[in-house]
Amino acid sequence: MSDLTDLTLAEARDALKARKLSSTELTQAHVTAVENARALNAYVLETPELALEAAARSDARLARGEGGPLEGLPLGIKDLFCTRGVRTTACSRILGEFKPTYESTVTANLWRDGAVMLGKLNNDEFAMGSSNETSCFGPVVSPWRRRGSNVHAETGEGIVGQHLVPGGSSGGSAAAVAARLCLGATATDTGGSIRQPAAFTGTVGIKPTYGRCSRWGIVAFASSLDQAGPIARTVRDNAILLRSMAGHDPKDTTSADIPVPDFEAAVGRGVKGLKIGIPKEYRLDGIPAEIEALWQRGAEWLRDAGAEIVEVSLPHTKYALPAYYIVAPAEASSNLARYDGVRYGLRVPAKDVIGLYEETRALGFGREVKRRVMIGTYVLSAGYYDAYYVRAQKIRTLIKRDFEQVYASGVDAILTPATPSAAFGIGEKGSADPVEMYLNDVFTVTVNMAGLPGISVPAGLDSQGLPLGLQLIGRAFDEETLFAAGQVIEDAAGRLTMPDAWWT
Amino acid sequence: MSVDQATVRRIARLARIRLDEADLPQMQDELNAILSFVEQLEEVDVAGVEPMTSVTPMAMRMRPDVVTDGGDVVSILANAPVSEDGFFVVPKVVE
Repeated sequence: MSDLTDLTLAEARDALKARKLSSTELTQAHVTAVENARALNAYVLETPELALEAAARSDARLARGEGGPLEGLPLGIKDLFCTRGVRTTACSRILGEFKPTYESTVTANLWRDGAVMLGKLNNDEFAMGSSNETSCFGPVVSPWRRRGSNVHAETGEGIVGQHLVPGGSSGGSAAAVAARLCLGATATDTGGSIRQPAAFTGTVGIKPTYGRCSRWGIVAFASSLDQAGPIARTVRDNAILLRSMAGHDPKDTTSADIPVPDFEAAVGRGVKGLKIGIPKEYRLDGIPAEIEALWQRGAEWLRDAGAEIVEVSLPHTKYALPAYYIVAPAEASSNLARYDGVRYGLRVPAKDVIGLYEETRALGFGREVKRRVMIGTYVLSAGYYDAYYVRAQKIRTLIKRDFEQVYASGVDAILTPATPSAAFGIGEKGSADPVEMYLNDVFTVTVNMAGLPGISVPAGLDSQGLPLGLQLIGRAFDEETLFAAGQVIEDAAGRLTMPDAWWT
Repeated sequence: MSVDQATVRRIARLARIRLDEADLPQMQDELNAILSFVEQLEEVDVAGVEPMTSVTPMAMRMRPDVVTDGGDVVSILANAPVSEDGFFVVPKVVE
């Protein structure tokens, strides 16, 4: 049975359609895998009964020759997506046992197309983090281990090495996909939260263009940056999932009213005749030589497949991360004002209403969230608004202009490393200085600031045996080119062999 | 720019987060680490640059001004920590 969880989403889809396999068998195999992988802490809520009921309904539809594009395929859902009647917490204590009475548009689209939910996946609290260590449910353990490490589910004598982070904030999504605990997962990306964990776990993740997926029903972090997207084991699986997730939604005013292409059709399109830009500002000091070399190799793969490689300049790159750490906390402080202990979630009683707010938020928010809400409050406060917030939004205009100029010169997509390092150990980073953790997003955050699509594709292993990813950045609403070029990298790099299940 | 402890206290109050006095110094250090990181933005020439208001050019969609939703007290109150007679209950606000 365990072989069923090794199928890609596309393979499983085809097997279901051909009636070689039932959704019930496929779903049961995943339910069992999830139960056996609790040591990874990837799921914060398992919904096996709901999954098997949905699988039975899918089987009935498939038997009648019906069924949507994702009919009967078991997926994991990041706990940032509201799911009707199923606890949704954003992995924050402040949401407590919140059970939405509505369904997010993205997940509703998945169920419309026949997908099956296995449960809710761990993430950094309110998606604020790059290692999944800020979750109120505790960190997610990556299924990857450094070469020579024999850490397993239990700790004890003779253990070499340590548990690694899967990246974040969509750490549960990335770990679950890499550990074959679902065929694909939903994720969200505000500064790199899809692409960085995908890179850390040898999976593929795409942050689509801002507006491609509806944000309605997704717990908000920074509304002008947040986008939903999939994480899965192949480029093709990403294309299949994104087509179902995307689409115009009148309930989100920033949702784009443009047709959703058949992304899967673009996967095999190749890169012949495309111009791929290599931004010189991404050559940062202190980046490991292995990552430089991988980036170089990626460019060669694309050249060998018929693309023209050109050097480009994105001069404001280095300002994207600091500007992000003004814009994102500012929006977060405003979005998170709704957690007041009155309408839902945690409530800590106090003698007056201000005390109720203050006590509830003191207990309900974790350290990283408090820090960001406070930074956001400060940069929006009277006397500082122009110096911080308005200046950061002007710099954002400059960052977007950099990309526009590169694309106007005929470049079709931009190739960069996905992350400045491979995965690190749990507890290893950011305990003394929060900025150390923030630097993880240095290559991904520009894309959110400019609202562009970006995909992370595994491109090889480093000397420790850990996956490294390459990022492709596209023009607005041109995810198709990213799928085409991503597939070229996947083919050239060869699909990574996912780690054996040492965690059971 | 950096913040002193009185400012940290004021921000916490504005953000409606109670902060223990014992936690003030660490929070102050962390906020200052972030503020010192963003200081490099001062070197960018932003003269004549419009601040971004929308990342993709998008016109606000209009719809008829009619009620499309609502009248769902039960579901709105379903997650309330305390409710009574169709209302959220809070400590007394007006004497």
